Amino acid sequence: MSAFWIATIGTSVIAFALKYSGHSVPERWLSHPKIQRINALIPIALLSALVAVQSFSEKSQLMIDQRVVGLSVAIIALFLKAPFPLVVLSAAVSSAAVYHWL
Amino acid sequence: MAFGAAAVANGFSVLQACLLSLLTFSGASQFAVVGVIGAGGSAISAIATASLLGTRNALYGVIMAPHLNVRGFKRVVAAQVTIDESTGVALGQEQRGIDAVKKGFWYTGFGVFVFWNLFTLAGALGAQAMGDIRAFGLDSAVPAAFLGLVWPRLTGKFERILAVSCALFAIAMTPILPAGLPIIATAFIAIVIGMKR
Repeated sequence: MSAFWIATIGTSVIAFALKYSGHSVPERWLSHPKIQRINALIPIALLSALVAVQSFSEKSQLMIDQRVVGLSVAIIALFLKAPFPLVVLSAAVSSAAVYHWL
Repeated sequence: MAFGAAAVANGFSVLQACLLSLLTFSGASQFAVVGVIGAGGSAISAIATASLLGTRNALYGVIMAPHLNVRGFKRVVAAQVTIDESTGVALGQEQRGIDAVKKGFWYTGFGVFVFWNLFTLAGALGAQAMGDIRAFGLDSAVPAAFLGLVWPRLTGKFERILAVSCALFAIAMTPILPAGLPIIATAFIAIVIGMKR
């Protein structure tokens, strides 16, 4: 089985298990303030790391290319309070434009 | 759209992209899987990163369960549509009573589920027809999507410092650690900081 299938099925199974367990465990198990706080911080850490790695690396090598432009445009769009689809679209269009010119 | 396109751009098939949207159904986790695999990470790293991002859905379940009060198959369905959006809308209705909370949860959950899956299919088919993904900017669409997901969470100075630190840490570790690990490692930074603070 390819890594793609393992990742697809493994992620799906665990994702559902997490959702279902939340609905089934006693509330007090997960309502501890520390758990709540960690729960708010984990997505910030992981998503920020993903932004960085996806923008500045390719296969474990650091590099700067058209994606920097896409990321910069996305940041500007977010500062201007653009909706999510527009943020992604503006990053893609600007990145593609730079890719064609270079 | 962005997810389906990103999945195909990173080597997933249209079927795999659609299954991720149907079965995983949690945007951040899905982008994480395709992002980590696309960056050359192992299946285990991809699953671990996606699952760490999925833990918040468990907490949403804990919050929603007393409001919904469902069992059996209905609980299975409720669990599957327990995501940022459905929980957020439901809790936004709290002052209008328990019926409004339930309505908010179910309508949002099903609505997002239907559109998310339709757009995944459209995006995946579109990307499949494209060829060189860089020519269409898809290589930038993925990090932009992550940025769009994290942005609303950066509510204070502490959150912003954590975000920038984790980004820099992950970049610094990328040439050293196997692909995927620099990302997972930042989750442990978050856990340690959360324990101490």
